[in-house]
Amino acid sequence: MTEWLNVILQGVLIGGLYAMFAAGLSLIFGVMRLVNIAHGDLIVLAAYVALMVTQTLGLDPLTSLLLVVPAMAIIGYALQRLLLNRTLGDDLLPPLLVTFGLSIIIQNGLLELFTADSRKLQAGAVETMTYQIGPGIWLGLLPLIQFVVAVAVIAALQVLFYRTSLGRAFRATSDDPSVAQLMGLDTRHVFAMAMALSLAVVAIAGVFLAVRSNFDPAIGPARLIFGFEAVIIGGLGSMWGTLAGGVILGVSQAIGAQIDPGWQLLAGHIVFLVILAVRPQGLFPKVSG
Amino acid sequence: MRDAPLLQVDAIDVFYGDFQALFGVSLTVERGQVVAVIGANGAGKSTLLRAIAGLMQPRRGGIHFNGAAIDNAPAFAVVKRGIALVPEGRRLFPSLSVEENLRIGGQSARPGPWTLPRIYKLFPVLSERRHLPATALSGGQQQMCAIGRALMSNPDLLLCDEISLGLAPIIVRDIYAQLPAIVGDGMSLVIVEQDIAQALKAAAQVYCLQEGRIALQGAAHDLTRDAISAAYFGV
Repeated sequence: MTEWLNVILQGVLIGGLYAMFAAGLSLIFGVMRLVNIAHGDLIVLAAYVALMVTQTLGLDPLTSLLLVVPAMAIIGYALQRLLLNRTLGDDLLPPLLVTFGLSIIIQNGLLELFTADSRKLQAGAVETMTYQIGPGIWLGLLPLIQFVVAVAVIAALQVLFYRTSLGRAFRATSDDPSVAQLMGLDTRHVFAMAMALSLAVVAIAGVFLAVRSNFDPAIGPARLIFGFEAVIIGGLGSMWGTLAGGVILGVSQAIGAQIDPGWQLLAGHIVFLVILAVRPQGLFPKVSG
Repeated sequence: MRDAPLLQVDAIDVFYGDFQALFGVSLTVERGQVVAVIGANGAGKSTLLRAIAGLMQPRRGGIHFNGAAIDNAPAFAVVKRGIALVPEGRRLFPSLSVEENLRIGGQSARPGPWTLPRIYKLFPVLSERRHLPATALSGGQQQMCAIGRALMSNPDLLLCDEISLGLAPIIVRDIYAQLPAIVGDGMSLVIVEQDIAQALKAAAQVYCLQEGRIALQGAAHDLTRDAISAAYFGV
């Protein structure tokens, strides 16, 4: 019994990471209807940026976020302004193809620079500290921090979207880009701000991914799938739904792995497909609009 | 410079791809003047407003506003110079509340008399429904919100595209009754209308478009019904 409780708890905590994979993806799709195929590779890119920062400056990974987050945000702004804005239009295909190409470029660029060796960020004692919260139930400090950060990120995005003028600009541009221009909003800048925000979240996700497990240049696409699955399970357009989607995916994978280690990913995909078949709009879709 | 008109549209040609929608259209708006543009469906009225607002760029000809050329300026820059458009069909942002729709109209932060409280004084019903989504308003209220949203940018020139479209006549009358209060501060106004009687009553100067060309222009009180029907229908 406690064994299963432990498994579910671990699943919930890893779900926070999946929610962070998903949040940036859903934000971009929500604001500009762009499906970013390179999202997973950008997560891996963030992990390598963190690797460089920690190695050259001797910072620990969590402190490195202070540099990695703004760096990725700037990359996001530039990427959108210089490249992706040119692909946006009535047709969904060009941005899909361009981000697919970007995915390949990032993977091969990282392979050239860092080789195919597995890397990992070392966070020191934080990684191994655990607390016993009940008889036989253990909680790792790092997964706990990761989950708390994920909840904080989702909450911050929620506040930003519904309580700030930038969020208002995001929603207005998403509704009607040409009328948004009549309000004095430069939609190219609004889109670039959305991508900057998305990659800021990607940076946090990338660092936690890199502390938690090994990474190499090829693992991006699988993170993209986890992100997609969490978004679809939760329902498009709802930030808290995205968190729930991540948690459901994490718990499914953890339970699958407990039954048989080979079933970890399969269990996640099956739960995703079942929800897609039964409730294609997701569990917590946006109520209006 | 003081004597120059506020808006000078000079022989513009506007295209949708290969299709030419406007042929050498010229129009002048003096400071504080109300100008009406009338014409049948597809005559190019909305295209003219979209070109002035910067949503479309004319291929030939020029547009001068306050003495500066704006024919190549994008819409978000034009609104900062003082031109606001109330688009056809209102086009409120469905994801935003009534108040957020108004606030985003003030995004360009031009100084001037129009503030949220003043809009609410002009259209009190919007104040009662400020926290509802814009989609929860009736058609007439949505039109008020769209006008309020445009006013929030404190324009020198307000462009209104078919504000009577799809509204009950009594509501149209109510909205037009507010026009004097809106232009009272010296704002200029261009209204595009299919309701000719309404347009002639509100405007000093009238332009009639027919198939992308100016077919008739003159002071509202000088134009006869026959001249207008001839220009309107091209018979």
